[in-house]
Amino acid sequence: MAMSESALAGSEQISNPRNLPITAGFAVNPADNVTGYKSFQAGSFKFKRDEYFVYVTSPTASHTMPADAFLRALMRDVAWGFFYGTVNFDQVFGTTNFYGEVDMFMGAMNEAYTEAHRDFVERFKADQLMEIFKQMISDWTNEGYDPFAAPMETGVPWGIKNGDNDGAVGRQRVTARRMVGLPGDTPVRSDANGYTVNRMFLDVPQDKPEVHAEPGFEHEVSAFNLFGYLSRSDVTWNPSVCSVVKDSLFCPTSEEYILPVEHGNDRCEWFIQLTDEITWNVKDGLTGRPRAVINMKAGDCCCMPADIRHQGFSAKRSMLLVWENGSPKIPELIRNGQAPSVAVQF
Amino acid sequence: MGHYTTDFGSIHSYKKGGVTAIDDDAKRYVFSNMFEAAAKSKPYERVAVAKNFEYVIESVKAEGESPWYSCAHDEFIISMDGKVRVDYVKLADPDAAVDPESEGAVKLSGQPVGKPMGYVLLGRGHMAMLPVGSAYRFTAPETCTLLIQSIDGPVTVHRWAEICQS
Repeated sequence: MAMSESALAGSEQISNPRNLPITAGFAVNPADNVTGYKSFQAGSFKFKRDEYFVYVTSPTASHTMPADAFLRALMRDVAWGFFYGTVNFDQVFGTTNFYGEVDMFMGAMNEAYTEAHRDFVERFKADQLMEIFKQMISDWTNEGYDPFAAPMETGVPWGIKNGDNDGAVGRQRVTARRMVGLPGDTPVRSDANGYTVNRMFLDVPQDKPEVHAEPGFEHEVSAFNLFGYLSRSDVTWNPSVCSVVKDSLFCPTSEEYILPVEHGNDRCEWFIQLTDEITWNVKDGLTGRPRAVINMKAGDCCCMPADIRHQGFSAKRSMLLVWENGSPKIPELIRNGQAPSVAVQF
Repeated sequence: MGHYTTDFGSIHSYKKGGVTAIDDDAKRYVFSNMFEAAAKSKPYERVAVAKNFEYVIESVKAEGESPWYSCAHDEFIISMDGKVRVDYVKLADPDAAVDPESEGAVKLSGQPVGKPMGYVLLGRGHMAMLPVGSAYRFTAPETCTLLIQSIDGPVTVHRWAEICQS
């Protein structure tokens, strides 16, 4: 998931399966006199929030989401640079990334909406839509509420406009260039740099590996406590790159409560359960029909096919290794229909 | 109240989840368990438990001393459930040991020629780099499981039908 920047960058050819023109027309409207929140417009989509809810309207439908669910989903879409494939905020509204351009949709991935011709899609330049989304998450997040945090570990998103939490919503994602802990690379987490052990990981050993590097090899003979590192994560459902083999990215993360989006893959994505347990509801990527339920326990390995959407549930905070292939060749393979839906045939 | 126990799993004690298909084929999810795969393998067989194009994640039963390996690119190892020592040698002529254009680890015959780089001692959950240009060897006093981030190569073992839910 080293997609924060790369997913925004345009590839040489950008796929446009719906042949949509680029939509412009963005607006940030003044704060509402009652709630204090600004409203936003991107193309034909309008966004408004009040004390409890977010309202999204398009020419074909209007849609209401709880403010907490919308903000958690919006936070991931922003932090992940629209991610790989489709980010369904829920079963109706979301975005699909074409790496440089983005489709924003209402009901386009929902069988009932499409059959009723209530679906609507507009296409945007990724950087322009991202700018509006960033302003939205900034304005709609109140002081004390962190949409990255587990619900029991942060304040509430409700109520009228009350300050902001730009420090939390503007976090930079961790992307190691080679491996966490190497000289000059992403540092390990510790009390000293502000990363305390999570309340659900107090039993995770914080011992350090013994590293005995001969002089001159300190930058190569290197190790760190990955489980300790993950036990100190201050965010949930936000994978960060910890080690890199060419385009193979180990993106472990700590998970608690619910993945805030239904992620619709455009490529195979692997999950390796490092500790504890997650249950995944899997639905068809295009229609939203249920396909499978997957229960993963420590040590389990599972591939999400490229034609589904998935949402995870973790009752106790768990450690999940998300394994991504960030090859720049993949968007073209997807465009040409050459990217496999299933990682392994046996 | 408020006391949480983290379930790590190990080659000696693990629980396995699974795929409940509603309108799908469970095989598409390539579901396995790394501890089970390691438990059923010979020491230092590098069994693929995940594959994405050319890239793999290998599960390895560590037990005693491994052969020496090298690779034309970085690899990374996580000790999942036990103690393992990794020794490193900076190869005097890495291109002679491994084709620099190749991918995946290569098993070396005999002792590697080069300068000792040092070693690391890993415990549960520790991650280490297996750097390009080096030779490396694992030593585990007790049986445990290693997870290796690499690329499909000559030492990668594929036995998907045996390890995956069908």
